[in-house]
Amino acid sequence: MTLIKTTYNRRSFLKSGSLAGGGMILGFSWLASCKPTPEQVSNIPKEWFDINSFLKIGDNGMVTIMSPNPEIGQNVKTSMPMIVADELGVDWKNVIVEQAPLNTDIFQRQLAGGSQSIRVGWSGLRMAGATARHMLVAAAADAWQVDASEITVDAGVIGHTASNNSAGFGDMASKAATMPVPEEVKLKETNDFDIIGTDRRNVDGPNIITGKPLFGIDIQEEGMMIAMIVHPPAFGLTYKSMNADTVKSMPGIKDVFPIDVYKDDTEKQWSDAGSIDKLVAIVGESTWQCMQAKKALNVEWEESTALESTEGHDEALTKLLNTSSKQPARKDGNVASAFKKADKVIERTYSAPFLAHNTMEPMNFYADVTAERALFNGPIQTPEFLEKTLASRLGMPVEKIDIKMSRMGGGFGRRLYGTFGVEAAVISQHMKAPIKLVYTREDDMTQGTYRPTYKVKYKAGLNKEGNLIAWHVKGAGSNDDLLFENRFPAGAVDNYLAEKFSLETNVTTGAWRAPRSNFIAGAEQAFLDEVAEAAGKDPIEFRLELFDRAIKNPVGEPEKNDYDPVRYAGVLKLVRDKAGWDGSQRNGAARGVSAYYCHNSYVAQVLDLATDTKSPKVTKVWCAVDCGIVINPMAAKNQIEGGIIDGIGHATYSEMTFEDGKPQHKNFDTYRLIRHKEAPKEIETFFVDNGIDPTGLGEPSLPPIMGALANALYKATGKRYYNQPFITEKSVIG
Amino acid sequence: MANFSLKVNGKTQEVDVDPTTPMLWVLRDHLKLVGTKFGCGIAQCGACTVHLGDNAVRSCQLPVSAVGEQSITTIEGLSENGDHPVQKAWLEEDVYQCGYCQAGQIMNASAFLKRNPNPTDTEIEDAMNGNICRCGTYTRIKKAIKNASSISNA
Repeated sequence: MTLIKTTYNRRSFLKSGSLAGGGMILGFSWLASCKPTPEQVSNIPKEWFDINSFLKIGDNGMVTIMSPNPEIGQNVKTSMPMIVADELGVDWKNVIVEQAPLNTDIFQRQLAGGSQSIRVGWSGLRMAGATARHMLVAAAADAWQVDASEITVDAGVIGHTASNNSAGFGDMASKAATMPVPEEVKLKETNDFDIIGTDRRNVDGPNIITGKPLFGIDIQEEGMMIAMIVHPPAFGLTYKSMNADTVKSMPGIKDVFPIDVYKDDTEKQWSDAGSIDKLVAIVGESTWQCMQAKKALNVEWEESTALESTEGHDEALTKLLNTSSKQPARKDGNVASAFKKADKVIERTYSAPFLAHNTMEPMNFYADVTAERALFNGPIQTPEFLEKTLASRLGMPVEKIDIKMSRMGGGFGRRLYGTFGVEAAVISQHMKAPIKLVYTREDDMTQGTYRPTYKVKYKAGLNKEGNLIAWHVKGAGSNDDLLFENRFPAGAVDNYLAEKFSLETNVTTGAWRAPRSNFIAGAEQAFLDEVAEAAGKDPIEFRLELFDRAIKNPVGEPEKNDYDPVRYAGVLKLVRDKAGWDGSQRNGAARGVSAYYCHNSYVAQVLDLATDTKSPKVTKVWCAVDCGIVINPMAAKNQIEGGIIDGIGHATYSEMTFEDGKPQHKNFDTYRLIRHKEAPKEIETFFVDNGIDPTGLGEPSLPPIMGALANALYKATGKRYYNQPFITEKSVIG
Repeated sequence: MANFSLKVNGKTQEVDVDPTTPMLWVLRDHLKLVGTKFGCGIAQCGACTVHLGDNAVRSCQLPVSAVGEQSITTIEGLSENGDHPVQKAWLEEDVYQCGYCQAGQIMNASAFLKRNPNPTDTEIEDAMNGNICRCGTYTRIKKAIKNASSISNA
């Protein structure tokens, strides 16, 4: 039996019994905020009972479950409530999901990032459902004067066989709300789950396919004006002056003015990284009028820091990799003497460019700031941190700031950095009116907060038997030192040295789907492929030998190694079997393999590439995933497929370059993203069924695919691909 | 500014706007039909796709003054109850992740299937190549289009 305390973290998770007893919510307030489906309309309850922070039960048994975390397309709005519903014991068809507002007193970690929503939320969500079930059962036991342990709950029906009593959740909800909140509740055994582990379609699906206003950019409010910004055209430039007189008189334009997004005394949060502190704001009646004004406006900029170029970044990274760090990130054995003894030494360097996030919905935010209070609504991965910055910038206590979380048209890390929310606040405050700030694609793509540019140099030593005896890795990135020194193959090689360096640049950078891993996995897995070839071994067998070493006799303190070699080897074996791997060619297709661990999950992939066409065509990807318990397989596979397509696309086509500080790509005409024709023909995903608590899913499938692709490309072309993007104007495959 | 009488989703609507205003912004800002999405503003991503008559067009490049008598259909008007075969197929396949580009994908797919009710994989890829999905739902979109094709032909 799994018992769990009903308090969570440092906060008391549940409202006290008496408060819960008074927590009746009238139907109309719910109706205003949620659009039920036609079938549900006929079942609208007359009264709602607030059982705990996560759910409300109507007098007709309909259950509203709050989804606490922001939705960026990772599908937590469906999967988090599924966890609550399973422990509650309600039929999923009687569940209505609502997006919770930001409320840090009630909910923990209302953040979308690091693939952690389900992993971190798991126990709390289960407890919420189980607690409500416990209170419903207690209410029934009291009403029927029977022993609670004899009461069963099944699909929203509470029953007691011996006394022949049965009641729906709705019948007991009112009484249940007055029951004391238990100090401890029993959770289901994992094999008793009946919602978790089943395919459930996206709860917002019907709204998406009919074009309902779900996204921040869709917000329309009475009296709302449109705002746009003009930011410096190059990193290193800052605002000097402008003449806005003619632009101010353009049709529909209300005002044009410079803004200090942050003041000197603004207490910034980590989520304010990449901010541009001085911008020009344009406010008008309509988006098109603002766009016209933006084009016509002449702003003068002045140089404040160096104007950098891609060539310079590349040279600086190379220079860093030619130095030695005084303090290696990790050192086992002695690589220098091992390389001297080695039969073969291989050294290779890999690189990748800056990348823009390019969420399909450009940055935007709604703000309505008055002297008394401030209301916000929009797409933000880090609402809690934005609220803190806003409190400081507006000089207003957080209690007077209300942030609603709209559905996000993609995140990928970009909306961790909510500077656009602060910009919206300052513009609304200036205008004394509600505004919706909207970035153009060009604003969005050239504003920064990019995936850093990276370079890594690997050196491996093999003995006569083809065993790996030395591994030296040096990694460098812009504003980021790249390496995870305790991940594989650390712990599997006697002589191991990891050195890392960070290049300071004024091109702003931030987390981008699977930070660091999104480059280092591909580089490491491509290098391992080359080393396995030099060792004369099959690339999967070569990796399994290393995992075997890490299992049986790990190098260094085992707890220091940041991976479980058994689970790592497990996904590799699973994908080997599923793909029928018996070498690197199959039915005329060139095959590549790769495996990686990040965000607490293990992924291994085999990728087949058609070799009969001029440009590479991925025909099939087999993907084995160990992320513990899978909440919603249909949606989980969607995440895996998306990560694979995203990874193939960015490794193959995408890059952001700079000349004199100016981003050289501003829109999708020259910034290339993967398209329909270039996507894999087929992706097949296999999950390891091990009953372990769930771990990350939104990110882990992206990093390794870059390696699998590079390895298949080698088999197809006879050429190794060291520098991303693999296809540029200069180098065309085929 | 000028007055335009537009046929949108079967209804005639009047707007008073700058004649150069793209239909995208007339729909979103003036007619409050926000299902049609802004993605790039230069006809490169397909998020703003609507039907002009029976053809899929990029509304970000369609000035309101060029519409004339032609009827416009947006995602809100594709079907009355969200039950167009393409919409049904999208639900069935659970296509979307963030969902932002999907209105454009659906509008492009529905116009394409009207022209070509039994497409091959290659024809689907060619027809849909102008619609970017940053989440990478391409394989599901293709499956959904094939399913929609069989729903329509059933």
